Amino acid sequence: MFEHYLSLFIRAVFVENMALAFFLGMCTFLAISKKVETALGLGIAVIVVLTLTVPVNNFILHNFLDEGALAWTGIAALEQVDLRFLGLMCYIGLIAAIVQILEMVLDRYVPALYNALGIFLPLITVNCAILGASLFMVERNYQFGESVVFGFGAGFGWALAIVLLAAIREKLKYSDVPEGLRGLGIVFVITGLMSLGFMSFAGVQL
Amino acid sequence: MAQLKTREVLFAPIFANNPIALQILGICSALAITTKLSTTVTMCLAVIFVLTLSNFFVSVIRNMIPSNIRIIVQMTIITALVIVVDQFLQAYAFQLSRELSVFVGLIITNCIVLGRAEAFAMQNPPWISAVDGFGNALGYSVVLLAVGFSRELFGSGSVFGVQLMALASEGGWYIPNGLMLLPPSAFFLIGGFIWILRSVRVEQVETEPYEIGPNTRTSPAF
Repeated sequence: MFEHYLSLFIRAVFVENMALAFFLGMCTFLAISKKVETALGLGIAVIVVLTLTVPVNNFILHNFLDEGALAWTGIAALEQVDLRFLGLMCYIGLIAAIVQILEMVLDRYVPALYNALGIFLPLITVNCAILGASLFMVERNYQFGESVVFGFGAGFGWALAIVLLAAIREKLKYSDVPEGLRGLGIVFVITGLMSLGFMSFAGVQL
Repeated sequence: MAQLKTREVLFAPIFANNPIALQILGICSALAITTKLSTTVTMCLAVIFVLTLSNFFVSVIRNMIPSNIRIIVQMTIITALVIVVDQFLQAYAFQLSRELSVFVGLIITNCIVLGRAEAFAMQNPPWISAVDGFGNALGYSVVLLAVGFSRELFGSGSVFGVQLMALASEGGWYIPNGLMLLPPSAFFLIGGFIWILRSVRVEQVETEPYEIGPNTRTSPAF
């Protein structure tokens, strides 16, 4: 059991890295990776939000949306209901709600963390990595335990990638980049090289 | 408010103010589906549909949305449109829908859609907003099609699944470039695209926060 979870985690972090293999969360990935410090803050926020949202969406899917999932209500008419077409709406709504609640809870109880993450939390709602992870969870039929591990792993992998990119970009300031490639262009090329590097993990199996 | 020219609104986002190359918006769901032209075209059509209509509907009700819940209202409109596209694809093009997997759903979080709703549709009347949405979706599609075309052509020697260059493995002459089918190539291609675009339109070049000084060493090299 433990090995299964560990293998899932390694896969989510390295082999199927959200940012580098699936291009998810690219907008923020490219826009907020100029400094390691801010990249780290955003990375941690993504880990927290993913670890919460993927299991919650998993719970919603298995208890409300899936075909026959409403059987627990005991109402015969609901037993055949398949609400999966409402999935997208539920997931994005839940993500927005969780981010909002998290923001308020942090503000009230952990002000230090709130100040560090503050500006990033609202941005996260529209980060494709968050919705993407929930959709992958649905597509791959993860159970609840697996979804917790997958959520954390996916967040961790994304955070790792953005911190690495930020570190490279900090060094990049000192290099002489051709004019048209400066800024966004070179970042794309670097991300491509990083993605190439991460592909070498492809065979890793536990 | 100054009257915006329909033509300008329509064509500006394609090259002058391209959402992908200049505003770094909407790259998220764009790159993974460009290995083949058929999926690329489907994705472009889906984005054109969603972006045009979402801009239109947001603009229609823009004066009725309380400003503190506007993001949620915009999200709901966008999500409803994406669900329509998703269900349509599942019903009529199941194979394509499997290949696009989660990326149809990810149009919701495509920053272009929310970005245009927030930046343009909230301030402008419906017709011009729809045109703006259409224009931006076209700008997005141009980049996507360029990437998709080169990836399929050089990666598998075909266009829309029609074999143009006979593969070496089937007795032809073309040895496919496997890198083109892997994720990194999309990054390189977009990087190159931006490079070309910015070489032509020099005003888009990002300025460095500081300049590297000339070599001040005076003694001759030894």
